[in-house]
Amino acid sequence: MFRVVGIGASIGGLEALNQLLPGLPRDYPWPVIVLQHASAGYRDTRLDELLALRSALPVREAEPRRPVQPGVVHVAPPGYHLLVEKDLRFALSVDEKVSYVRPSVDVLFESMADACGPRCVGVILTGANDDGAEGLAAIRRAGGLALVQDPAQARAPQMPEAALRRAGADRVLDLQGLAARLAALPGEEEPA
Amino acid sequence: MPELDSEDLEIDEFVRTLKARHGYDFAQYAPASLKRRVRALRARTGAESIAALSRRLAEEPLFLRQVLAGLSVPVSEMFRDPWVFELLRREVLPVLASYPRINIWQAGCAHGEEVYSLAILLEEAGLYDKTQIFATDLNDVALEEAAEGIYPAANAALYAQNYLRAGGSRSLSHYFHARYERIKFDQSLVRNVTFANHNLGTDGVFAEVQLILCRNVLIYFNDALQDRVLRLFRDSLVHKGYLCLGTKETLAHTSVEPDFEGVDTAAKLYRRIGHV
Repeated sequence: MFRVVGIGASIGGLEALNQLLPGLPRDYPWPVIVLQHASAGYRDTRLDELLALRSALPVREAEPRRPVQPGVVHVAPPGYHLLVEKDLRFALSVDEKVSYVRPSVDVLFESMADACGPRCVGVILTGANDDGAEGLAAIRRAGGLALVQDPAQARAPQMPEAALRRAGADRVLDLQGLAARLAALPGEEEPA
Repeated sequence: MPELDSEDLEIDEFVRTLKARHGYDFAQYAPASLKRRVRALRARTGAESIAALSRRLAEEPLFLRQVLAGLSVPVSEMFRDPWVFELLRREVLPVLASYPRINIWQAGCAHGEEVYSLAILLEEAGLYDKTQIFATDLNDVALEEAAEGIYPAANAALYAQNYLRAGGSRSLSHYFHARYERIKFDQSLVRNVTFANHNLGTDGVFAEVQLILCRNVLIYFNDALQDRVLRLFRDSLVHKGYLCLGTKETLAHTSVEPDFEGVDTAAKLYRRIGHV
């Protein structure tokens, strides 16, 4: 089955992503969408450039109307909600903040659940807020897969804890475990 | 692709009702954001379902105002992306100054934050008295609010900071009065603004202008509607007129790409070329 991987992260996310993404091989067959809450410290630096230094996969800022591409890490631009349409193209919005943030993981994951249903993989990493919990629940309701960073291992446990409380998870793993799981999944899936 | 669920079907019916009864075609909007807005509208109006929204829309003509207000208001701020306004101040206004009369179209003005931002730039450049700004939206509720220029006081600090980053030489508080939890902008800032209802999906060219500001509107449209709107902008601009889009919007891969040259790629500032 062809899947779409969404990863939500907040405080401590850059470090976590820089451990997670290098675990995905150069020939990774699925699209990966990364949403990192943009804190002031990241505003002047492009997250895609920071992550590209360590990732084997190409890292690009997600652009409106452009397709969600296999084997590419798409990064949400700061200040905009990022959504996935049913035709697997990206959309942006400047609608009001959700869970006090924009971009919001809830918005991304809910759109992924609508667009991709059981083909979604939602991953929640470190963060000091509750964003992503509703979105992960939507992914699970749609039959998708939910992976959550072990709160005990996260720099900020609140976001994974909120996700587990609200949505639960198929697996709770540390960063190495998450990377290994994401890397192994395509090989375990039956061909569509 | 997943099957259409019943919510999608109800939204389709709602969109069909809006078009059939009132001529507003939200089928040309990007579906994922539209869905969030329809859901939010349902929650805000207390309707028990989206199907109930459609029934109410069919039965109560006055409900349309509320529906349009719910479906079409992006959140903005004054001097959003201050460096873009700094660029307008530095690069565009000196060129506009050479015209005897300046016409500017702010398309999709929503609550007017950028209209006041623009008016302040023009005032400070000494150009405002020969300028006419057309501020348009399809949402009458937003237009009325834009004309009033009242915003939450909680936003004032951000707006003031943006203003300074945009090259403002005073304090933004020079232009507004704070009352209770609100700030109200000086009404003289809109003395040369015409707030008007204009639907980018159906209405045509209404003026020849030297600058069009339309930021973070096209991101909500599908390819066909975006193309229509860009052609409308092309046909409204004078030779060498400026078009400023949102920083994540682009003319690349659109039918009007050959009609414009890029002035600043990051700010998405373009200039109309190729007019005879």
